[in-house]
Amino acid sequence: MSWLSKSLSSSIGKKIIMAITGLSLILFLTVHFINNMFLFFGKEGFDMLVSSLDAVKPIVRVAESMLVILFGFHIYNGIKLWWENRQANPEKYAVNAAKENSTFFSRTMPYTGGIILVFLILHLASLWVKFNFGMEGTHHYYDVVAATFQSLPVAIFYVFVMLVLGFHLNHGFQSAFQTFGWHHKKYTPLVEFIGTAYAVVFAIGFSAIPIYFFIRSMGGN
Amino acid sequence: MKETKINLTLKVWRQESAKSKGNFEEFKVAVSPHSSILEMFDELNNRLELEGKIPIAFESDCREGICGTCGLVINGHPHGEKKKTATCQMHMRSFKEGETIYIEPFRAKAFPILRDLMVDRSGLDKIQQAGGYASFNTGSAPDANAILISKETASLALDAAECIGCGACVAACKNSSAMLFVSAKVSQFALLPQGQPERYERVQNMVIAHDESGFGSCTNTYACEAECPKGISISNIARMNRDYFVSNLKLQNV
Amino acid sequence: MMNLDSKVPKGNLSEKWTNHKFNMKLVNPANKRKYDVIVVGTGLAGAGAAATLGELGYKVKAFTYHDSSRRAHSIAAQGGINAAKDYQNDGDSVYRLFYDTIKGGDFRSREANTFRLAEVSNNIIDQCVAQGVPFAREYGGTLANRSFGGAQVSRTFYARGETGQQLLLGAYSSLNRQIKLGNVEMYHRREMLDLVIVDGKAKGITVRNLITGEVESYAAQAVVLATGGYSNVFFLSTSAMMSNATAAWRAHKKGAAFANPCFTQIHPTCLPQHGEGQSKLVLMSESLRNDGRIWVPNIVGEKRPVNEIPESDRDYYLERRYPSFGNLAPRDISSRSAKYACDEGKGVNGGRSVYLDFADAIKRIGEPAVREKYGNLFEMYENITAENPYKVPMQIYPAPHYTMGGLWVDYNLMSSIPGLFVAGEANFSDHGANRLGASALMQGLADGYFVIPYTVGNYFGSEKPEKVDVKGTEFNAAKESVNESSNKLLSINGKQTVDDIHRKLGDLLIDKVGMSRDEAGLKEVITKISDLRDEFWNDVKVVGKSEDINLNLERAGRVADFLELGELMAVDALNRDESCGAHFREEHQTSEGEAIRNDDEFAYVAAWEFEKAGKWKLHKENLEFESVELATRSYK
Repeated sequence: MSWLSKSLSSSIGKKIIMAITGLSLILFLTVHFINNMFLFFGKEGFDMLVSSLDAVKPIVRVAESMLVILFGFHIYNGIKLWWENRQANPEKYAVNAAKENSTFFSRTMPYTGGIILVFLILHLASLWVKFNFGMEGTHHYYDVVAATFQSLPVAIFYVFVMLVLGFHLNHGFQSAFQTFGWHHKKYTPLVEFIGTAYAVVFAIGFSAIPIYFFIRSMGGN
Repeated sequence: MKETKINLTLKVWRQESAKSKGNFEEFKVAVSPHSSILEMFDELNNRLELEGKIPIAFESDCREGICGTCGLVINGHPHGEKKKTATCQMHMRSFKEGETIYIEPFRAKAFPILRDLMVDRSGLDKIQQAGGYASFNTGSAPDANAILISKETASLALDAAECIGCGACVAACKNSSAMLFVSAKVSQFALLPQGQPERYERVQNMVIAHDESGFGSCTNTYACEAECPKGISISNIARMNRDYFVSNLKLQNV
Repeated sequence: MMNLDSKVPKGNLSEKWTNHKFNMKLVNPANKRKYDVIVVGTGLAGAGAAATLGELGYKVKAFTYHDSSRRAHSIAAQGGINAAKDYQNDGDSVYRLFYDTIKGGDFRSREANTFRLAEVSNNIIDQCVAQGVPFAREYGGTLANRSFGGAQVSRTFYARGETGQQLLLGAYSSLNRQIKLGNVEMYHRREMLDLVIVDGKAKGITVRNLITGEVESYAAQAVVLATGGYSNVFFLSTSAMMSNATAAWRAHKKGAAFANPCFTQIHPTCLPQHGEGQSKLVLMSESLRNDGRIWVPNIVGEKRPVNEIPESDRDYYLERRYPSFGNLAPRDISSRSAKYACDEGKGVNGGRSVYLDFADAIKRIGEPAVREKYGNLFEMYENITAENPYKVPMQIYPAPHYTMGGLWVDYNLMSSIPGLFVAGEANFSDHGANRLGASALMQGLADGYFVIPYTVGNYFGSEKPEKVDVKGTEFNAAKESVNESSNKLLSINGKQTVDDIHRKLGDLLIDKVGMSRDEAGLKEVITKISDLRDEFWNDVKVVGKSEDINLNLERAGRVADFLELGELMAVDALNRDESCGAHFREEHQTSEGEAIRNDDEFAYVAAWEFEKAGKWKLHKENLEFESVELATRSYK
């Protein structure tokens, strides 16, 4: 298998890892997004959904392990790329005209990725740990979410990160297609459109949750 | 005919050798709007030589935008702000009276500075030597019309083959990646029937040589395409990525 | 003492090369790797020769002063490459290509060499296509052709306006393959400054490492010079900034005869000069003359904007004087006609340029078709001049472009020094007094791929593969003289820069040894160049030191050689008391201004032996024409 590790550690190999794991994570996000949207249909629906997942815990655990691997590769490779690319370009120009030749989204991938990583750790440490180990036999998941977003700093942090996630996806989605070699005059504009649409929908949809719950907490209802 | 000259302030990167520390030196010049930026440097150097000072070292040769020898970073843009032109085709009429211009060498770890604005781009040659050819000996070619090639294919191959090997893609890339350069050659051969026998070995060998020469990885920012003096398309990078992917699955090298 | 045997093989013209190849001595494949060859220059001829010699198994050392072997000025050729494929079924043949070339050269080239060039032209196209050169294609997938000046058939293969680039990159790719295989050792950023001769044979070179400044010696059993032409002697030319005659000139000073130096081509379709600061002239491909019409205003002092000048007030002078070739008349005729029009005051705004108009072509085939054919040339024009040639006619003016003269070589492309071969533009052999369009690429590749590899092998057939000692007396002496000359240049510390003096030389030459020449002017300019050379050696200022990157010193060395070569050009032009091809002597013309050739007295190659700066000895190689009749060149 030395050929595989050799192929994947080349500069294109690393891109391929980023693209495969990235697109898989977008799939995960899609499922996560649909699940989360249940929050807007009231407490019963959401609690039932999470309980039903809780009921098939072994399957969820398998899926989660796969996610860990995906995230692991994506993060490890991302950091490696960032570090190596810094080494390849140690001296900066006195005048930086990068904004005239490339998009903000593409240039900031390591940074938006870093912010998302920090968020991921906090998010897992709070909601995931709470859902999995802190419910003490009850199934009031909805209330946990609602309570979390009563805090203004938490809500703002979540909204901010979801915006950053949108940036990350906006470049990441079409970039993955480019990495797989799917670039065509006719179809690439469509891919770019879908990527941006995904980014916008995710950013708005996910942000809507903290905003919704925070405003609700203000209204006391 | 008396022509009006433009007055400019130049901030030019001066560095004696790869090891020494460089800095910007300021020059005031008055130049004809019809002159190219390199002709402006010729005039300036002539003045410096007369004063017994060491002229600014920069490279250029054909001054028609095809040899790829020249390459300055002008106000942050490799080959200047104007699209699809090399440094030598940049004319002073595109600057305003009184403007200050920053001129720097291409910067990348793989392009060590030799002196002032001259850099060592031999890494690019190493990539070509790794596989940028069709292996056959002189005299063994079949009749030129024996293999038909569609007009569109020939045209796409030429779009890629137009790369002048100047290294602006590396200079523009925040990762100092030379992937646009590599992909141009890989693509040219991937498109043409003559390139098929070695298609997959070629992409492997050239990508390995690219990585070994100290260039960074492509992260699809597409700055290379925007700054390329020949407008080489990033669709070539996509084609190379695809071929690289397939080559790993296809080749018998375990 | 000097032996100018052309070594043209016996037999019919069409069988000479085949017979010669059969009669050549061969080197046993196992012995080939014992032979070292030095190739200087990596343009079409150099890269082609180095790669092919490597393929054959010789040990090759290739040298270039560029940072990469891909940068040679062959890369800038735009229009195309000729071959006698007759793919267009328009009656082309090897003989016709040969005849057009020798006629275009006004019967001043060696018949056998020119025929061989036409003969191998077809192999070149096959070779390049196999290398992956993306030539233009028809919709059916076959190769496309265009026509070019001096020919009435369509035989030019092209890749947009970048044919030279694509062909050079093809040769570069073959060279890279040999470098990877270890058959060619590539030396970048080395400028050849001397030829080393041991026991009367060329055995090595002395180079300056342009990065460290160190002077290095390299030895081999044969040396191939493929170092290009000397148009930069004019200061302003279409040559690249670094193009120079130094390698060839230093070989000349070591005993290689220099042939027909006055045959220099002034290309008709270049951009006019914009001002004093101009560093070089830019060529627009001659292929533009296929569809563009050349004209000047009929009235001296025409002030109207170009689009308001009616047809009746336009003089399409080429179409008028040469109805059958029209705008495709050979380069020398087109250039001289433009010069005369401007001399009369009919140039654009009374200056030195004429119109090249595409209005009719756009009307006939439409703008998209014109764009398809010439798009990148039009873009280039607009970029440089800030004028849109789809709307306003281009302005063009002739510029020094190619040098037919060069080091004298025999049929084997070997110079008068045994073991020194010369290929491509650096030799004099194939184009006579004028070169036709799209023939330079053809010659470079013919020499590199298909001639040098055979003839060098033939030379080795009678040479023992003994190692040459790079520490020998001759090598040390050459090194010393190179160092001495660098130190001399650096110590003068005068008041003029290298460019100042080069510009003066260029002005003298373009005026007196340019598109037209006469006795008085030539005599005058010989003295002036000689004086200018003294001025250079007493008053030039070269800064920096030699043990370092020193672009100023590099240029100084080249200009020093140009100052000697420039004088020889004038001496040769004075000697050749006739008009032929690009060499037009005012004294020899018809009442209509057509050139009058003098075959009885001047059907020879003038090969000059160097005695000392400013003094040469003339040797004549008589040109024998067995197959063609010396017709008066007429393009009417």
